Amino acid sequence: MKIVAICGAGIGSSGILKVNTERVLNRLGLEADVTAAHLKTLSTDAADAQIILTSPEFVDAIGPTRADIIIVENYFDTDELSRKLQAALE
Amino acid sequence: MSLPPLPDDAVVIGAEAADWRAAVRVAGAALAAAGIARPGYAGEMVRMIEEHGPYVVIAPGLALAHARPGPEVVKDGLAVVTLAAPVDFGHPYNDPVSVVLALAVASGDAHIALVAELANIFNDSSAIEQLAAAKTVEEVHRIMGAE
Repeated sequence: MKIVAICGAGIGSSGILKVNTERVLNRLGLEADVTAAHLKTLSTDAADAQIILTSPEFVDAIGPTRADIIIVENYFDTDELSRKLQAALE
Repeated sequence: MSLPPLPDDAVVIGAEAADWRAAVRVAGAALAAAGIARPGYAGEMVRMIEEHGPYVVIAPGLALAHARPGPEVVKDGLAVVTLAAPVDFGHPYNDPVSVVLALAVASGDAHIALVAELANIFNDSSAIEQLAAAKTVEEVHRIMGAE
């Protein structure tokens, strides 16, 4: 499974999403390749992704995709991430 | 892995900022004062938000301002700014902001360990409130684990 976290720069916020997503998946006993990316490299990074994690600002810019898009409100709330990832994976 | 050293110059407590741009510029000036970034980095952080929106407000009350690695970055580092009065960034869930972190990284590859440490600090949901209430640089150092 491939998961991509998107932000404007590909550092900072998407890096925090990557780190916390890996922690949540580990807690859930799931394995995935989690990548931090920014909008300019999104088309290649997310071509085969199943899940895209991002904040509300980037949803329109992501464009058509087969991936599930998860909008994250609080990047440090691993309970929120866990809930939304589980819902997307069901 | 711990955070890079947090010089006293990179910590500003109770900054007066009229709006989000002013708040980000205070954080950029702190990075410059601490020798982490050049003065032009502040404008790059402002432009990231103008271009992409207030996504840097990644948790209630907390903005993680940053731009891309580039010539304005001197070395990996972080500035911590608390605001005398919170400002709105226009974020749908997490306004108003009372703590601005400014992140500068020299390369995209090296930063994951640094942000992993930020996650260790701020996954404790009380850390933002503790920072916002901090009265001294020493308190900020303690909360950021950089004693």
